[in-house]
Amino acid sequence: MTNVPGPSSGSPVRPARVRAAGWGWRHAPRTRWALRGLDFEIDPGERVLLLGASGSGKSTVLQALAGVLGGSEEGESAGELLIDQRPASDSQGRVGLVLQDPDSQVILERVGDDVAFGCENLGVPREEIWPRVRHALAEVGLDVALDRSTAQLSGGQKQRLALAGVLAMRPGLLLLDEPTANLDPAGVAEVRDAVARVLESTGATLVVVEHRVDVWLPLVDRVIVLSPDGALLADGAPEDVLQSRGEELAELGVWVPGHPHAVAPRVSAPGTRVLGTRDLTVGRSVAFAANGFERRMPDLGFLEGTSTAITGPNGSGKSTLGLTLAGLLPPIAGTASARGTLRDGASEHPIDWRSRELLTRIGTVFQEPEHQFLRSTVREELAVGPRALKLSSAEIAARIDELLQRLRLDALADANPFTLSGGEKRRLSVATILATRPRVLVLDEPTFGQDSRTWAELLGLLGELVDEGKAIIAMTHDRRFVDTFADREVRL
Amino acid sequence: MTSTTKSEPTIATARRSIRWRVVDIVVASVIAVASSVVFFAWNIAHDGVSSLLKPLLPGLQAADGGMWLFAGVLVALVVRKPGAALYGEFVAAAISALLGGQYGATVLLSGLVQGLGAELVFLLFFYSSWRVWVAILAGIGAGIAKAAFELVVWYPGADTLFMTVYVAASIVSGAVIAGFLSWLAVRGLAKTGALDRFASGREYSAHV
Amino acid sequence: MTHPFSRINPVAKLGAALLLAACLVLTVDWVSAGTALLLELAAFPFLGIRARRFWLRTLPVWVAAPLTGITILLYGRPSGTIYWEWFAVRISDGSLELALATMLRVVAIGLPAVVLFITVDATDLADGLAQVWRLPSRFVLGALAAFRLVGLFANDWRYLELARRARGVGDAGRIRRIPGQVFALLVLAIRRGSKLAVAMEARGFGGPIPRTWARESRFEMGEWATLIAGLMVGMIAIAAAVGTGHWNFIVG
Repeated sequence: MTNVPGPSSGSPVRPARVRAAGWGWRHAPRTRWALRGLDFEIDPGERVLLLGASGSGKSTVLQALAGVLGGSEEGESAGELLIDQRPASDSQGRVGLVLQDPDSQVILERVGDDVAFGCENLGVPREEIWPRVRHALAEVGLDVALDRSTAQLSGGQKQRLALAGVLAMRPGLLLLDEPTANLDPAGVAEVRDAVARVLESTGATLVVVEHRVDVWLPLVDRVIVLSPDGALLADGAPEDVLQSRGEELAELGVWVPGHPHAVAPRVSAPGTRVLGTRDLTVGRSVAFAANGFERRMPDLGFLEGTSTAITGPNGSGKSTLGLTLAGLLPPIAGTASARGTLRDGASEHPIDWRSRELLTRIGTVFQEPEHQFLRSTVREELAVGPRALKLSSAEIAARIDELLQRLRLDALADANPFTLSGGEKRRLSVATILATRPRVLVLDEPTFGQDSRTWAELLGLLGELVDEGKAIIAMTHDRRFVDTFADREVRL
Repeated sequence: MTSTTKSEPTIATARRSIRWRVVDIVVASVIAVASSVVFFAWNIAHDGVSSLLKPLLPGLQAADGGMWLFAGVLVALVVRKPGAALYGEFVAAAISALLGGQYGATVLLSGLVQGLGAELVFLLFFYSSWRVWVAILAGIGAGIAKAAFELVVWYPGADTLFMTVYVAASIVSGAVIAGFLSWLAVRGLAKTGALDRFASGREYSAHV
Repeated sequence: MTHPFSRINPVAKLGAALLLAACLVLTVDWVSAGTALLLELAAFPFLGIRARRFWLRTLPVWVAAPLTGITILLYGRPSGTIYWEWFAVRISDGSLELALATMLRVVAIGLPAVVLFITVDATDLADGLAQVWRLPSRFVLGALAAFRLVGLFANDWRYLELARRARGVGDAGRIRRIPGQVFALLVLAIRRGSKLAVAMEARGFGGPIPRTWARESRFEMGEWATLIAGLMVGMIAIAAAVGTGHWNFIVG
């Protein structure tokens, strides 16, 4: 960084005080209050970790503090929520919010513009904006040109960019909504360290929401826990709360150190080789996705009744390898070939199979479940594969009922797949694949965005499948997943 | 700078406000952008042979024109604000020009004209009816505007029969693809919960 | 090294293309269209666009022009000798001349509209629209932010296609699967848009404070020259048509 922030750009940040008094919120289409009767006070400079089950309204609290919950058109509020002495809804510039999804919070095309965006909106004079931008980028350690394209940044860099954009506004209250949930381990460390630096230099008040407690414990001095129905469950020093409420928190899906979820031991024995690669180069063409690329892969073989984790940094070609093994993308060079029971009369190369032939052979679970939803109810969704196989309607109904029960989706049989929670969507996307009983399962980041409870459930389910003799191939960043579940790890 | 809209407090008593919220603007823009991606995919999927045969038709080539019109009607049905059809169609056109669409800057004009065609219909109903037949009428409005624009700019030398068939085909296509299908799409979108922040979404989604 | 023309404010390029188009739209005759086309082809080499890029981007115009010409040849207003007639088709002296004029006209309107847009950057265009043309900044910036998502949507679209193959319904025709994929894309797009709106609002976007601009969008000599050049080409073309008696107003 050539521009050392000057004294003019370092004007002091005044840490904010937060006060909730009987505060609550009801989203307009619902009759149930998302949050109710919240009372808490956060002193200037305090660093709070906000915990709770999925759906307990943690994100709603952060959005309310940031003043972006919307007006009376979108819902009803009760009680008071104050930043310093003013209602949170008109505290523009006092509060900065960083969200979970890196792709949905990059706003502009160029790095410098993106950081300047908040300043412009606050009416900061032009001469003052660029020093602020440089200072903010330096503080989060993002050492790239101002006209660098934001699309080219990694996930961790995008999150630090968002943090810089917030910092340039000089907020007294920093809100982080699961800022590292979508990042690989390197990205998590990058972001956490940047936040630590920022807090050190600004002394701003912090509220962070995150399932992975261990990431933030070194930084916070207080933990607030929301109950599943949106009330206050616990509030106190981190050690005290985690000690006294550890069990309960783990039950809610929080990763509490020292409270691992039990995953049943596996009993499978490896079977014969069903899928293998030779001299394989994977890649995607330049035509549609902006950046085409090619990666040479090691020769791999996959046995029935085993689980393989494929790991490696972003850009190592994990997902592309997965899609190629699954018979969805053609290899650039070399072969991926099926054998024996997997081939079962079809051509040797999965990419040559018809879509219908894939169903009973290789099932793919995409990273984003919504990419593979096709119907408007869960039951219909599960019927798609079996119908394509032209199974009898009695057989289809039997399979669906079994899956609904086994994956605890029976209460949701008539719900629209897109309305499910993150954990439910993941279970459904696995269920749609299981409905046609493929011998090989390819999963891309299956544990992404899952809380500890849904994580353990998923592992339990996948374990059963391996025991039944299926070959599971998972592309993943998740260390815990690799250590607990994989028979073998392939590092790219 | 005068460009920022004044922050007059929205009429608290009115059930719905006429002022665009940030989420209205951004989601309208995003739908328009997604629509232009769809135009592109449509062009790729399109059979090359049929596009060579199309010039031989006596005006029926306008029959798939509705594909280029749905952005405006769809955006209006989702955000339900004055100017939504115009904005949605115009942004979709501008994006396809930026992506390297085949008619460059002239697409901006056709987007504007087509958007106006749909917008006028919603205006005639004082922005208070979003029923299926209003959507179909808006699709027709866009279709007529599209046909008029293209006949003037690209086919001014055509004879009356060609022009009549061209307009008729545009109307049918606008009514079905831009009008009816957009309305169906919004109903489906509401059921996915994606429109929970919009009045259009709350009308259909379950009350929990 | 950036070419000087690529630094011209996009709203000036846009304005030039639209002024030129406005002139050419008024008449259908081969003189005005041909004149404009000659002037355009003489000007393009000075805009700093590489030949390969030029041909690649303008290819659709070169394809569309003869096709539109054929349509007019078959269905143009007939006059003079009629050579062939079948059902609604009538090829005559009149439709032959109109077809030629139409072909040249499509190229003359289409080329500058595409070429002037090749060097346009979305961010610069938005700056110009909001600061020079004074369009409402909330809308301009909303559209600009959404434009950035194009790459993600293209990626979504690819995954939607792959996912259909994975779900066993990929054997049916591509066109038939489009409506379903469009719907899924819209769901994903609206979800992303809602999140983006929260992120933007959290950074003070759409708030009560009058906005400033980190970068000024300028409109100076070069911009005026670009505008005038566009208008001049159009006027010269019109003058040529009127002067040679070929002016043929589109209505009537």
